[in-house]
Amino acid sequence: MRSCIRAEVRVDGVVQGVGFRPFVHRLATGLGLCGLVGNDERGVFIEVEGPAGTVSAFVRAVRDSPPPLAVVDRVTSRVIPVTGEPGFGIVASAGAGNGRALISPDVATCDECLRELWDPADRRHLHPFVNCTACGPRFTIVLSSPYDRAGTTMASFPMCEECAREYHDPASRRFHAQAVCCPACGPRLRLLAPAATASPGVPSASGHERLDGPRAGALCEVPGDPVAGTVALLRAGRIVAIKGIGGYHLAASAGDERAVAGLRARKRREDRPFALMVPDLPAVRRLCVTGPEEERLLTGRSRPIVLMGRRPDAPVAPAVAPGARELGVMLPYSPLHHLLLRRLAEPIVLTSGNLSDEPIAHTDEAAFTRLSGLADAFLTHDRPIHTRADDSVVRVFRGAELPVRRSRGHVPAPLPLARGPLRPVLGCGAELKHTFCLARGRRAFVSQHIGDLENHETLRSFTEGVRHFERLFGVRPEVVAHDLHPEYLSTKYALDREDTVPVGVQHHHAHIASCLADNGAAGPVIGVAFDGLGYGTDGTLWGGEFLVAGPAWFRRAGHLAPVPLPGGAAAVRQPWRMAAAYLGDAAPAGWGVRARNAALWDAVTAMAARGVNAPPTSSAGRLFDAVSAIVTGRDAVTYEGQAAVELEQLADPAERRAHPCRLLTDGVSGALEVDGGRLPAGGETFVAMGHDLVEAALEDVRAGVAAPLVSARFHNGVAGMIAEGCDRVREGTGLATVALSGGVFQNVLLLERATALLEERGFTVLRHRRVPPNDGGISLGQVAVAAAGQGRGECDRS
Amino acid sequence: LAHGAGGKASRTLVEAVFLPSFRNPHLEPLADGAVLDLHPGTAPPDGEAPDGGAQNGGGLDGEAAHGRAPDGVSLDVGEPVGGGAGGPATTGGLAFTTDSYVVTPLFFPGGDIGDLAVNGTVNDLAMCGARPAHLSAAFIIEEGFPVEHLRRIATTMAGAARAAGVTIVTGDTKVVQRGKADGCYITTAGVGMVPSGVRLGADAVRPGDAVIVSGPIGEHGVTVMLARGRLDIEAELVSDTAPLNGLTARLLEACPDGRVRCLRDATRGGVATVLNEIARSSEVAVIITEEAVPVRPVVRGACELLGIDPLYVACEGRMVAVVAGESADAALAALRSHPLGEEAAVVGRVAEDPPGLVLLKTGFGGTRIVDVLVGDPLPRIC
Ligand SMILES: [Fe+3]
Ligand SMILES: [Mg+2]
Ligand SMILES: [Zn+2]
Ligand SMILES: [Zn+2]
Repeated sequence: MRSCIRAEVRVDGVVQGVGFRPFVHRLATGLGLCGLVGNDERGVFIEVEGPAGTVSAFVRAVRDSPPPLAVVDRVTSRVIPVTGEPGFGIVASAGAGNGRALISPDVATCDECLRELWDPADRRHLHPFVNCTACGPRFTIVLSSPYDRAGTTMASFPMCEECAREYHDPASRRFHAQAVCCPACGPRLRLLAPAATASPGVPSASGHERLDGPRAGALCEVPGDPVAGTVALLRAGRIVAIKGIGGYHLAASAGDERAVAGLRARKRREDRPFALMVPDLPAVRRLCVTGPEEERLLTGRSRPIVLMGRRPDAPVAPAVAPGARELGVMLPYSPLHHLLLRRLAEPIVLTSGNLSDEPIAHTDEAAFTRLSGLADAFLTHDRPIHTRADDSVVRVFRGAELPVRRSRGHVPAPLPLARGPLRPVLGCGAELKHTFCLARGRRAFVSQHIGDLENHETLRSFTEGVRHFERLFGVRPEVVAHDLHPEYLSTKYALDREDTVPVGVQHHHAHIASCLADNGAAGPVIGVAFDGLGYGTDGTLWGGEFLVAGPAWFRRAGHLAPVPLPGGAAAVRQPWRMAAAYLGDAAPAGWGVRARNAALWDAVTAMAARGVNAPPTSSAGRLFDAVSAIVTGRDAVTYEGQAAVELEQLADPAERRAHPCRLLTDGVSGALEVDGGRLPAGGETFVAMGHDLVEAALEDVRAGVAAPLVSARFHNGVAGMIAEGCDRVREGTGLATVALSGGVFQNVLLLERATALLEERGFTVLRHRRVPPNDGGISLGQVAVAAAGQGRGECDRS
Repeated sequence: LAHGAGGKASRTLVEAVFLPSFRNPHLEPLADGAVLDLHPGTAPPDGEAPDGGAQNGGGLDGEAAHGRAPDGVSLDVGEPVGGGAGGPATTGGLAFTTDSYVVTPLFFPGGDIGDLAVNGTVNDLAMCGARPAHLSAAFIIEEGFPVEHLRRIATTMAGAARAAGVTIVTGDTKVVQRGKADGCYITTAGVGMVPSGVRLGADAVRPGDAVIVSGPIGEHGVTVMLARGRLDIEAELVSDTAPLNGLTARLLEACPDGRVRCLRDATRGGVATVLNEIARSSEVAVIITEEAVPVRPVVRGACELLGIDPLYVACEGRMVAVVAGESADAALAALRSHPLGEEAAVVGRVAEDPPGLVLLKTGFGGTRIVDVLVGDPLPRIC
């Protein structure tokens, strides 16, 4: 065959453990090509031989239509001498490499596996661990790289003959599915309950088999079908801890007010809404108003919790989400969830298995001890979870995903960096909603949601998580980027690390850089970073910032007028203090927020006036707090952002009036000390008078304007102030692209109004799509800043 | 220079600036006082007690500002306790310490800068296990500072010295131009003898030890903070300033032979900072229980108002004692037998893991890291 050529093809990306080689095999044999395919430490290598046109078609297909879980970063090919070897083979893996091949996130059970799950004739009928190369646990069960069974928590389950046959058969969709198993050889499900539990549907303790192990305590196995037993307990109003993919959940029947309220009391979670898991899409539609994007996200492979407007008649207990206009809902994503939900045929509350502020319990030992006072029973199994991963959370904005928490189902898929670091970088993240990010080349591996670092267990999952990522991706960071806040435990970690160069990145610069990275944009842009509190370069607390920023540098062009934060963290927990800080004696005595807090009002205003533990802050989050205290009466919060969330949910979206907010000229900024020449310089700096908004809200409320209108006018006022501020910066710099970041932009109403106003004025608006605008996105921004700084340094030297 | 709220900032300053110049084995542990052996191999000096004369000579009464006091005195700090028959290891040593006092306001409910200057130095000696004997006092006074205020301070100091059983034996006074000082600063130094067999240190703590706090915490710092902000909300709140040497003597007697590992007065940076020093020096974990830490309701209320954590608030008459686990009951009984230790409590224990960290078991069953503060506390919440 004269026209025959042989090509060597390399495929990089998430291409292992996702059925890539069988796909290549099918593709090549289907096209009548000869050759071979194999895995090595970098990814997949292929040699194909046949007519030139067919070989090109093959390469295109590899690039354009890979298997569902594969993420193809790059396909490279070159022509090599033909060999004339017949047939197409899969060659053995080329040994353990340094682990550059990527590991897939944990993925919801696929349709084919579901078909088996419900097929009475299938040998995996009702098997709670059914999975294949297109679905199942990955990241949470991986111990080491490369991804093979020995490096996962499935290592202790030897495959039975039938499973082994599927595992070795290139034509099978379980070819090299590392978690393959069946009822004969797989993990075993068990329902455990304290011996004393006497509850409807549970046989008496006499029939229980005592468990070994020091930590199992008095837990006994409940005989019978564990799924049926769990369903009976839930129907009887009991709380059951259920071992999921990334940790234990606590479940209760969503329609049972007593059960849900009991769960709140036990978890010590007062107000924060619980997430629901519902059997199917029609059940979601009975609870919430869904659109196409909501349904796409709900049924997608990553199966996040989707926050959606609740129907007024949604049949859930009030304690699920007290007073909330939205519900967080997800669909089953593991076979066990499918088994439970189909049998129950009603929604359940499914919340992380922990006490408030603690990280989700993911080991059996931790669950049995820490959840013993919370759960009446444990639905568990013997496949260990190696890495904890909370459920991801998203909202929908203008028909697109707005991440709130990026975790299970997404991690550890790398995010592309437009400009990768020259030396490997670790971004240490912030303090709350913590993530870290490890980056090499053009790939940024943002970690799962770690939680709030001041908790010891959480700090450990950060430091151990970093080590795990380093090993998994074969990356040794040389540069460690951290926040400027000296008390963040992530900052202390960065400074304590040896053999790495620490780089401090300002918090709001990181927010904007994260938004740029998220959009693959290079900047410079006008960055609007609105959040709770972040440490500024002047040692004060920032949080309502207009920056002129690129990845490598930034300048503060404007900000909210600073107010005292009377009592520091206490002012964050008690929004009424922010009303006091803004209003002081201007608040009418005996009225509203001042009357409710009369006992301490004078002391707190005095603290604010005299600077007694009252550091100044330009925070936007605290502005929302002050207005929320005035408008909604929310004086104290039990979870972060509660006052602002309630203010948003209260707002009447039809109201178009806006409270005015003055921008006062503050000074003139000097030319930027940045090389490159094209960078914008100068312009007036300004402060935005948040006081105007607080006072306008106060006047409206006193005049008897309905709270939903006042809230809307405030939101519109903040949006107007943002647009006005961006106009000012544009005048000085000529920049016409705005990046919106910071936790405040989880507020969809504000995001909508600000985006609309900015677009009206001809701005291009960048917002978050892949990482959250809140501090969960900080680590990516830190990496982007550190990478850009390195790049610039390198150019300077040349 | 930034003022540290306690802990790390000032420690970094000492380590970076002073330690390199002054370095010696006594200074190295950066403890509150140094224990010195002045007479290696010689017999202890005979003990006539010349206290009376020294006290008169060094007194600061009346016209002390004119500096007619002698520049120094020779004195005897008392006989090493525990018998001279033992070798050097069981022979006590001379404890020596110095500290400067700046406080705003100078007068506050429950005391003034004078109490602080005497009690602070007495306590630093007591924390070495020493029996404080003599103090010096040096004043830096701003021009125009009212003499009656100085007299009031001197009276307070005399009273505090009497209460602690120490004498102020020498001193110095400098007046600086208006605006070059804030009213009055006092530096005191003190000497005392350490009984033989006593060796205390933040590095002597072991897993299994018990952590004791001698009384309700936070009263001094909160009192001063309220006074500074002129927030008169808690009338009953007064500083806890007190000499702790009586308490430490009782404790060391009840738990002899090294069963007391470490004593620390919880001054700047509070109990949290002390525990962190212990955890780091001894490479152990200190695990305390939130509910066990004694805090008076009035202090808790004020801390809530001020938004501060009592664990980080300065005390001037409270100490942290770490004792062998099996001696916890004896230690507690000894402390509670003294008026200043009636509310002493075991607040936690020492564990092996995680080394260097202080953990707080919260009422909710969580485990919070109690870290040392780098500077003024700013909220970490975003
Ligand atoms: Fe932030
Ligand atoms: Mg001292
Ligand atoms: Zn599948
Ligand atoms: Zn099998």
